[in-house]
Amino acid sequence: MTDQTSVPRGSAPGLTRRQAYEQRLRRRSNTLAAGSTLAVVLAVVVLVPLAPGWDAVKRSFFNGQVFAKTFPGLLDAFLMNVAIFLWCAPIIAILGLVIALFRDVRSPALYPLRLFGAIYTDVFRGLPVILVIYLIGFGVPGLGLPRPWNSPYVWGSLALILVYAAYVAEVIRSGIDSIHHSQRAAAASLGLSDGETMRYVVLPQAIRNVAPANMNLFIALQKDVALLSFIGPVEVFRQAGVYKSLLANFTPYVGAAVIFLALTIPATRYADYLMNKQRRRQS
Amino acid sequence: MAKLALQSVTKSFGDNIVCRGIDLSVDEGEMVCLIGASGSGKSTLLRCINLLEPIDDGRILLDGVDISEPGLDPQPIRARIGIVFQSFNLFPHMTAAENVMLAPRRVLGKSRETLEAPVKALFDRFDLGQRMQHYPDQLSGGQQQRVAIIRALAMQPEIMLFDEITSALDPELVGEVLDVLRQLRTEGMTMILATHEMAFARELADKVCFLDASRILEEGPPETLFSNPREDRTRAFLKRVL
Repeated sequence: MTDQTSVPRGSAPGLTRRQAYEQRLRRRSNTLAAGSTLAVVLAVVVLVPLAPGWDAVKRSFFNGQVFAKTFPGLLDAFLMNVAIFLWCAPIIAILGLVIALFRDVRSPALYPLRLFGAIYTDVFRGLPVILVIYLIGFGVPGLGLPRPWNSPYVWGSLALILVYAAYVAEVIRSGIDSIHHSQRAAAASLGLSDGETMRYVVLPQAIRNVAPANMNLFIALQKDVALLSFIGPVEVFRQAGVYKSLLANFTPYVGAAVIFLALTIPATRYADYLMNKQRRRQS
Repeated sequence: MAKLALQSVTKSFGDNIVCRGIDLSVDEGEMVCLIGASGSGKSTLLRCINLLEPIDDGRILLDGVDISEPGLDPQPIRARIGIVFQSFNLFPHMTAAENVMLAPRRVLGKSRETLEAPVKALFDRFDLGQRMQHYPDQLSGGQQQRVAIIRALAMQPEIMLFDEITSALDPELVGEVLDVLRQLRTEGMTMILATHEMAFARELADKVCFLDASRILEEGPPETLFSNPREDRTRAFLKRVL
């Protein structure tokens, strides 16, 4: 009873009544969770192979030989996804910030900017990404521009930039709105102008507050780069399609999925971690 | 000529009238305390003087110049009048020193180098020399409020406004903030305080104004107003709070 830390875990004496009760409860729920998980896994492992088409599915989706043969090529193609992401992301961040600021202008002379910001975000958040990619990716090169301005890489990227900048702008704007007006009052009372208040007081706090939300957007962008395959660029999804046709096997798609997950799951977890950390700090 | 004069200032938020013709005159080096129940209009009056809220009618004269003229650029005037808020309102993403230097750098155009010595001196003067590099959330409420006062003082204001600056503090931290006010008082700063610290007002104010229902019902030197109030409502209020 005297030194609780030296008591080994278990129902040893030295636990308070509450601790002993909670320990029993914890053990009980752990046993239940383990049991039910095991039952589900067993059911899947036993039942799925009983389906009439399982052998065919296994051959065409989970073919180890095809996987080993195509995976290096898929990884190579994925570098294109990464490249497209890397040149789009900074432009999206800047454009999103600019649009968010447009929506916050107060001066009547600059009202057109405010209006433009509102229409811009409404339009590009209201359209399916694939539709924008088609319209811009097929539409603009139709103008017959000379190389390199007829490249689907350029116009496909532009489509992604336009759409994602609209989302980023809305996230940043919500961050700006989340800064309490007393901060603006404090800055104004010191003689700072509206612009200086935004630049030095509001924006630094706003952008920090919405960093996790923006990170989730950029994870989504990484996945949506695959949509460019529909207008030509050979990235991992299109490369998987090529292998599929070549080998008459769907395993390359599973390979592509593995590559995406290897990147997005850690990134999503990290964003969640940031968001939780932020929530704890604010409470 | 009064340093600051308010002439029948009126202000309302929609149907809610918060100043009904306020007249007030503050001389250079004077300390005026505004007392009264919550919602009597003390805070709004201070925010109007600082031009954070535009007034509906009447005039506010600073050194005899009308600063309440609609359409006037408020920034240079705000830079001459410091205000400290109940909830500190420090910028949480900046250290104490950065909080203090922001406005002198951006508004007065001073460089970080030229500010270093005077800002250090300000922090030392208020016993916060060791806290300059701390962020607001690493400081106690009393320390935060003293940094907020330093931040306002760094603009070398001609008048300082204090909006119930001890109301959000734990009782044991009130003293250190009031000590700062005492110090400013001896240095001859012109000050207007909205406050619930009656003992403090009684000890140091040159003039105390009792606000009731959005007007100044009674004003006078503290000994008269506290010991021998003219109005029944003043008497009733003082009886409640003393």
